[in-house]
Amino acid sequence: MNYPKELRYTKTHEWTKEEDGAYVVGISDFAQHSLGDVVFINLPQEGDDVKSGEAFGDVESVKAVSDIVSPVTGRICAVNEELVDSPELLNSDPYGAWIIKVADVSETGELLSAADYEEFCRQED
Amino acid sequence: MKLIFEKSTQGRSCSILPPCDVEQIELKEGLARKTKPDLPQLSETDVSRHYTELCNRVHGVNNGFYPLGSCTMKYNPRIDEQMAALEGFTSIHPLAPDYSTKGCKAVLDTAEKCLCEITGMDGMTFQPAAGAHGEFTGVLLIKQYHASRNDTRRTKIIVPDSAHGTNPATAAMCGFEVVNIPSAPDGCVDLQALKGALGEDTAGLMLTNPNTLGIFDENILEITRMVHEVGGLCYYDGANLNAVMGVVRPGDMGFDCIHLNLHKTFATPHGGGGPGAGAVGCKAFLRAFLPGSAIKGHEGIQVRSFAGNFLVVVKAVTYILTLGKEGIPEAARNAVLNANYLMRRIQGTFEPAFDRICMHEFVLDLSRFKEETGVSALDVAKSLIDRGIHPPTMYFPLIVHEALMPEPTETESKETLDEAADIFRELYELARKDPDYMKSSPHNAQIGRPDEVQAARNPILRWKRT
Repeated sequence: MNYPKELRYTKTHEWTKEEDGAYVVGISDFAQHSLGDVVFINLPQEGDDVKSGEAFGDVESVKAVSDIVSPVTGRICAVNEELVDSPELLNSDPYGAWIIKVADVSETGELLSAADYEEFCRQED
Repeated sequence: MKLIFEKSTQGRSCSILPPCDVEQIELKEGLARKTKPDLPQLSETDVSRHYTELCNRVHGVNNGFYPLGSCTMKYNPRIDEQMAALEGFTSIHPLAPDYSTKGCKAVLDTAEKCLCEITGMDGMTFQPAAGAHGEFTGVLLIKQYHASRNDTRRTKIIVPDSAHGTNPATAAMCGFEVVNIPSAPDGCVDLQALKGALGEDTAGLMLTNPNTLGIFDENILEITRMVHEVGGLCYYDGANLNAVMGVVRPGDMGFDCIHLNLHKTFATPHGGGGPGAGAVGCKAFLRAFLPGSAIKGHEGIQVRSFAGNFLVVVKAVTYILTLGKEGIPEAARNAVLNANYLMRRIQGTFEPAFDRICMHEFVLDLSRFKEETGVSALDVAKSLIDRGIHPPTMYFPLIVHEALMPEPTETESKETLDEAADIFRELYELARKDPDYMKSSPHNAQIGRPDEVQAARNPILRWKRT
């Protein structure tokens, strides 16, 4: 399992990082591994508001449909539309396959360091 | 293949309906439709061929091994169908005068008496049309019970994570808050977690025993005692009753109400098809709340018209009376024996998630296998189709990653189980030699890998003339 040090993580298994003034959001390696093969993603629209701790979309795998929860409060400034046709990228490259970028961030939820998140996942497994 | 509508030829017909023997009436103005229904027009030969072609595209219990976990796809004895086809049962109308429906009433009374004896309940309804419908009815009983006592604080239903998948949905549909509690490492209810979840807001507990891991919870008496102690009721999901029918009774385990899937435990297996019958039983103190209850002074609920899918009840009664008091527990014991035999014959390749004696089904954990070979539980399931075996339930329960859940049932012979075990073992080896072949299977089926996501999200259910 891979936990890149430069990222921050949520207890609902999303990752985020600040890049050019926006927060990039995706799902972690642990998340994609637990989900199994992802077959569908429901994406929000650019311009939608997101709130930290609330779902902004969902992913469907061979096992179940799961919410994707926003780590931050703000407004969506970019959506990775490539995932609509290739949701399997979330499995093959979870940290490259970002889902949304959030601008005007006013608040962040509880974000864990890579080490703390790895420990949290160990207990969850 | 073509739809029956696409095979239609204008003006062609067949006369398979008997002539009308009741007086024709004119419908009132506004009730009659203005255009004729656009029904397909075919000869009897075409209709017969159409349905035979459909039949050939299906894999049923009569085609081969069908170990679909928790669906209990046992062989359905022909005598059950013969009884359900008797004209006295098929040509009856639910509103016919009482003197002409005494036979049907006797079937329902016999079913209630037998099933109450098997489950340790005091009363039963046959209205619910399927398992989840039965769950819904059962949890409504709990809701009505608390409401009748003006006990409005009870807003939560506790559901262990090894419960049947429909349980949390049922509790939510009945307006309760669902409290999920984790399993202990042995796959059973974690008593500490249960204790922590119980309180004066507990309406009840929904439990499947044996659970979806195929494990019988040995703490069951303690669990139901704990729930009753705080004033909650206990609901038994009968999905897995096949493992214990005639051996132990949910009523003796401390459950207050239950549902049974007559269409699997008592023949007529349908594995997602239909029709079903989700009979709901309860202890005497809940009887007044049962749908169709004869007890006056209570506003009973109704979940379906009349006696539900009555012919499924006819089949269940036939099944029970054929097997009798000795045959019912023997069937349960053989179901458990077959599951354990198959599990041990496969072990050494695909490993069980819990290395212990199982009940009527077991869960294989393919996560290490997938890491080693890249072949997933889905790929193994698809490969089984090529070998003439219906895939087991997959990716359930969620607490086991890469899960496959075979349930062989008591109606399979040792030879069938040996053959199936050999196929599982062969596929285990094949994944190492030629993983790509398995990832692209099935190779010999009429339908390979349909787009299940789009089929579920955007189903095309209606044919339109173009």
